[in-house]
Amino acid sequence: MQENRNEGLILRRIYLDHSATTPVDPEVAELIMKYYLESYGNPSSVHFFGRQVKKAVEEAREQVAQLIGAQAGEIIFTSGGTESDNLAIQGTVRARGNRGKHLITTAIEHHAVLDAFKYLAKNGYDLTILPVDEEGIIDLEDLVKAIRPDTILISVMHANNEVGSIQPIAEIGKITREKGIFFHVDAVQSLGKLPIDVVKMNIDLLTISSHKIYGPKGVGALYVRRGVKISPLVFGGSQEKKMRSGTENAPGIIGFGKACELAGLRMNEENKALRQLRDKLIKGIMDNIPSVKLNGPSGDKRLPNNVNISISFVEGESLLLSLDMIGIAASSGSACTSGSLDPSHVLLAMGLSHEVAHGSLRFSLGRQNTEEEIDIVIQELPKIVERLRAMSPLYNKVD
Amino acid sequence: MYSEKVIDHFTNPRNVGEIENPDGIGEVGNAKCGDIMRITLDVEDNIIKDIKFKTFGCGAAVATSSMVTELVKGKTLEEALTISNAAVAEALGGLPPLKMHCSNLAADAVHAAIKDYLDKKTKV
Repeated sequence: MQENRNEGLILRRIYLDHSATTPVDPEVAELIMKYYLESYGNPSSVHFFGRQVKKAVEEAREQVAQLIGAQAGEIIFTSGGTESDNLAIQGTVRARGNRGKHLITTAIEHHAVLDAFKYLAKNGYDLTILPVDEEGIIDLEDLVKAIRPDTILISVMHANNEVGSIQPIAEIGKITREKGIFFHVDAVQSLGKLPIDVVKMNIDLLTISSHKIYGPKGVGALYVRRGVKISPLVFGGSQEKKMRSGTENAPGIIGFGKACELAGLRMNEENKALRQLRDKLIKGIMDNIPSVKLNGPSGDKRLPNNVNISISFVEGESLLLSLDMIGIAASSGSACTSGSLDPSHVLLAMGLSHEVAHGSLRFSLGRQNTEEEIDIVIQELPKIVERLRAMSPLYNKVD
Repeated sequence: MYSEKVIDHFTNPRNVGEIENPDGIGEVGNAKCGDIMRITLDVEDNIIKDIKFKTFGCGAAVATSSMVTELVKGKTLEEALTISNAAVAEALGGLPPLKMHCSNLAADAVHAAIKDYLDKKTKV
């Protein structure tokens, strides 16, 4: 019942939360259905049903590898970004923990990376967490200074999920390769939006996920450079070269492969359109609402589809609820939406005060968004902010 | 995640604003944790004659503020002091578990405003 409230009143819904997840591309969905209904075999089986699916899974592996400049044999399919991050980090430590106990990451990683490292830090490993500047980008000098003779793994995300900041991955790769330190990159948000070449960027381990690029949920991959040895976390039937046992999510994997192929074909054109919409939305908000701050960098240092702003004197969840009531879906770094009492660790690491971080709002754009939709947001958001500010005791005090 | 009543009070909050020259002011919470509630009230013959709120916070914070003003308006100070945060949440048809402790401070704000009124009165 509650889910249906207001449904009749909202004429159109505008989805601006593509960094949370994307709809599945119709072409991908159609393909997946075939592997649920007709070609449903287990890829490990010897018979026709199995062989047929095995072939499609291997084709998907090629498609995924191609999008990141890897070889098919270097791709391990997993259940998604979180598992890939954990496999990269814990798998490295299990395989190389005898060579050193020092690990390096950044303050703005996704929790799948940060919490895996924090667990290791509680269990005998030394962890250095690199700070970021006000745009959410690390300083290479900090990284170089943090490296010790016993550093075994450095993990830096390609693009940040909250503020869209892009890290100097190729530069970091040069440093880690020279020192013989494993380099893991969480590229969940950048896949299909930024060019990735694991060879040119000297990446050893790369995490990617399907449902952020119009593929199905519940599937992702870890690129493991040939010659890089990590230990599995899941044991069993020896699938995925023993790196990830368990019957493959074949329809998911095949859908992921197709989504990668489409992303590769569409990336350039799509990003041009996304950048235009992004900059239009940023300008529209900044021009029409006073006391607003853009979080993260501008231009080419920012993901083409990310807008993150802090609106002073109002709280993020109130903004989200108000937007949702008129059919606009966004997200926030407010504590109330994070399931904890603290606002976004990313915004705090960038030096924002708790108050300002609580009032943050993220719009992440996607393939099907139109200029007209952006116009509606630019038209409606100022009204919402005005209403909430009129209610806010903080706003009165500065009047 | 929110009940119909919470959404109703969030969308159409009752008694928003600030009373000029109020008899009592109560403010609880802080911006750091993401919730601030400010209650102003007028008292006449030991009864809360008028009450208004201003709140910075999430949907639950706004809704509990609005609800508490409805619950205590026209009540005696003693009656108002017996209304707890839990009673406010109950009147709203419940709150999500996480919100019970972080955004359910409206009764505290009313109690603080009453205390402020009583303190001022004894000083006079």
